[in-house]
Amino acid sequence: MILEPRGNMRRDGNMGIGEKLWHVSWSLVALISLVAGVGFFMLYSAADGSMSPWANKQIVRFAFGVGLMIAVALVDVRFWMRQAYLIYGVALFLLILVDLFGTIGMGAQRWINLGFVQIQPSEIMKIALVLALARYFHGASHEDVGRPLFLLPALGLVMLPAALVVVQPDLGTAILLILGSGATFFLAGVRLWKFGILIALGVGAIPIGWQFLREYQKNRVLTFLNPERDPLGAGYHITQSKIALGSGGLFGKGYMEGTQSQLNYLPEKHTDFIFTMFSEEFGMVGGLLLLVLYACLIAYGYAIALRSRSQFGRLVAMGITNIFFLYVFINIAMVMGLLPVVGVPLPLISYGGTAMLTLLFGFGLMIGVYVHRDVNMGRRGASDDV
Amino acid sequence: MSRQADRNKVFSRRATLLAGGKLLLFTALAGRMYYLQVIEREKFATLAEENRISLRLLAPPRGRILDRFGVPLAINQENYRMLLVPEQATDIEATLEAASEIIPLSDHEKTKILREAKRRRSFMPVTVRENLTWNDVARVELNAADLPGCMIDVGQSRFYPKADRFSHVLGYVSVVSEQDLTGDPLLELPGFRIGKAGVERVHDLALRGKGGNTQLEVNALGRVIRELARNEGQPGAEVRLTIDAALQDFAYQRLGEQSASCVVMDVHSGQVLVMASAPGYDPNAFAQGLNAEQWKDLIQHPRTPLLNKCIAGQYAPGSTFKMMVALAALEHNVVSPDFNVHCSGHVELGNSVFHCWKKEGHGYVDMLRGIMHSCDVYFYEIAKRVGIDRIADMAKRFGLGNTLDIDLAGEKPGLVPNREWKLRNLRSAWSQGETLVAGIGQGYMLTTPLQLAAMTARIANGGIAVRPRLTYEVATGHESAPLPTPTYPSIQINKANLAIVRKGMRMVVNEPGGTALGSRLPNPNWIMCGKTGTAQVRRITMRERDTGVKKNDELPWKERDHALFVAYAPDDDPKYAIAVIVEHGGGGSAVAAPIARDVMMETLRRDPVSEGARDRFAYSAEKDRAG
Repeated sequence: MILEPRGNMRRDGNMGIGEKLWHVSWSLVALISLVAGVGFFMLYSAADGSMSPWANKQIVRFAFGVGLMIAVALVDVRFWMRQAYLIYGVALFLLILVDLFGTIGMGAQRWINLGFVQIQPSEIMKIALVLALARYFHGASHEDVGRPLFLLPALGLVMLPAALVVVQPDLGTAILLILGSGATFFLAGVRLWKFGILIALGVGAIPIGWQFLREYQKNRVLTFLNPERDPLGAGYHITQSKIALGSGGLFGKGYMEGTQSQLNYLPEKHTDFIFTMFSEEFGMVGGLLLLVLYACLIAYGYAIALRSRSQFGRLVAMGITNIFFLYVFINIAMVMGLLPVVGVPLPLISYGGTAMLTLLFGFGLMIGVYVHRDVNMGRRGASDDV
Repeated sequence: MSRQADRNKVFSRRATLLAGGKLLLFTALAGRMYYLQVIEREKFATLAEENRISLRLLAPPRGRILDRFGVPLAINQENYRMLLVPEQATDIEATLEAASEIIPLSDHEKTKILREAKRRRSFMPVTVRENLTWNDVARVELNAADLPGCMIDVGQSRFYPKADRFSHVLGYVSVVSEQDLTGDPLLELPGFRIGKAGVERVHDLALRGKGGNTQLEVNALGRVIRELARNEGQPGAEVRLTIDAALQDFAYQRLGEQSASCVVMDVHSGQVLVMASAPGYDPNAFAQGLNAEQWKDLIQHPRTPLLNKCIAGQYAPGSTFKMMVALAALEHNVVSPDFNVHCSGHVELGNSVFHCWKKEGHGYVDMLRGIMHSCDVYFYEIAKRVGIDRIADMAKRFGLGNTLDIDLAGEKPGLVPNREWKLRNLRSAWSQGETLVAGIGQGYMLTTPLQLAAMTARIANGGIAVRPRLTYEVATGHESAPLPTPTYPSIQINKANLAIVRKGMRMVVNEPGGTALGSRLPNPNWIMCGKTGTAQVRRITMRERDTGVKKNDELPWKERDHALFVAYAPDDDPKYAIAVIVEHGGGGSAVAAPIARDVMMETLRRDPVSEGARDRFAYSAEKDRAG
């Protein structure tokens, strides 16, 4: 067991701040900071040995994000459960808003500009969907989960935002939402053959969905299937990424010695392709170590989920863990040419504020589940009714 | 609570399964790492260490355009240019500053290059300057150390050896604009050019070919070490036209300084041998890029050098239209060929007076003499009897009033009015006076020289609806088969009626009193049949009629009549049809017919079936190649 039990807390969850702080899994916070620290070093290297323009900003964001994470963790989990649908509704509303009025950024409508801050509703939705599904399945008995009619609303909860995100267009996030939710359905006990039917339907829908993809998305998929197709376009990124990574060898070229990335022909080396740069400089050994660190983080998620007394807590912890895993896997598989290039950052390491804050918010929820692991939760999130 | 425990058990079991799946996927990542970083390390290390692989697209050579005998009309020349790869230059502006020490660059050019560099992906080279001299090339190479990211590239540029004589047929190539981008990566190559007009545009895709690419090993400074792999694309197809370059030269020269056009076509196959529009412009200047001054000169030139007058110049056909009126009258049995009209120099209709070109009148004329003398009064009379709708119908069957779908962009349809047209477009009823005016090819009537040539060809070939065409063959690689001559439908017209019109046209050129007697062919074996036309551009007022109509030379150029002439030859076995229009040239017989005579004479002389012509051909084709 990774987490040392520190004795049971009161089942009614009425703890003081001090007591809650005592229950925060500080070793997890340390692990998160360690991985983020790797990111700071890589951003320093990406900027040719300079704190600006990336490392310094990322550190400030991370510090703010850790504060947010602790604050979220201290909020009673029952609050999140009670507000789960409301949060989901707000996120959905923002998604619709961004589809209608979103400002153009990176060739896609993804942002809402509030003047002082830009928010990306699809990021909020990742968390909101986890919460909403967890609440939905929290009160469900095993028999409920077996009924197709019971599952339909939950399916709607997933497909609605996924469709809105595809329209933006942000294929990567849509896939993430669907895969992450699929794992939640699975954990909630949905029968495997039902997944079979859905997957069959999904495969059948590919030709239809294909028509809704933007030209560049089609090109990415086609280029992935046949990199020769576009040797100077998307294929170029993957070719260069493989060269940089492969040339790193077993032990790497050394910190700030990655010729390929330092010579600037590794594209997006501070965001989506940062793992390539890391692997070029630290080799396979470094890459495996990073994978182990990520695996540890994921193991924490499992430990928290399994220790939680409520289905809601379990599903939230696992939902966050699954999304985290998907981020790591898709990004690394992408830079190594195993998956098409979709815009998915490497969690905690890639430069970028919104993704970092979303992630830390998610970890906050996860830690909150741990802090409130023994709290009794009724169907609607009150502690008394069972 | 067994249900709860049940649920917990399901959760735990499935969480374990998921964890196993994740472990498996992570193992796959580790395996991939091992594959890339251990097994394939050597390969990637060679690619990466100091040398960089640089993939470059190879622009295929653009296909040549030839005349019917293989004389090159559009070819490629080597062109040295300086490129700049933005990502290789540490500071683009500083590099440009250094470069302008060698090749002077204006501020305007610099901002243009900077803008271009921002727009493109950073590894795509931007053109700094094209058409460098050897001297420039040497100095750039010498100073390469101070010019990071710069390189010299040998490209090809389009060259048109015959310059302005073929500008309208060939068109020109020019840089790719934002709207032209189709996703073909070739179009994004620096300095790539595509066809923007004429044959270059119509056959652009075939002429362009398919791009290849080359994998180059490049060191950190951007210098090419060696080529690793090369995939030749496919060179552009060679397009052979039906044009006879030497004949076109002759016709263009014959048109001289005037604003004029001349089309010669084969009456059976529709092959266009001459499509000359004067004045032309120099397409080489377009390929290199025009400056604002040159462009302004071209578009403001009163004789419209940018316009291909053969297909886009629309003129009232004047008296050349009279064949259509005569045929309409004969086909509908409105009159017989012997039908007589007395021409006193004018006719009256209601309150209006319609004049004949000959003020004192022609006396009694029948149809043959009507055509021969081009008597306006005769055609007023028969047009009145046939009616505009039947005249218009006949004209359309002969190819007027609609595009002929020649394989060239920018063809204009002309206009053949009828009652319905006027009602729809001018919202008023047709008046009989307008029929009279239409009977002599004036009024709303508009035709292009190409249409007049096609009309004449259809008269000459016995009523086959031949369509003009310019492409002889498009040869890709080893395949080269001439495009088959399409079969054309018959116009369905009474041969006897056609014979009468043709006899009239023969008299125009060959009988005393014919309007083009002076332009008969000097070779007695070849008889040319034709019809003159003089299209009025301005309106002649009543008062001017009273005081005497002004002579053309007294008028400003813009108000002078257009001179027209259409013809075919030889009479016994028609082969070629010709149409000549000289804008504001004056009378058709005095200005257009002599040009047509000379061009037709040369055409027949160069005809492969003519005696001794084959040798002459071979000779002149050789000479053209050498030149």
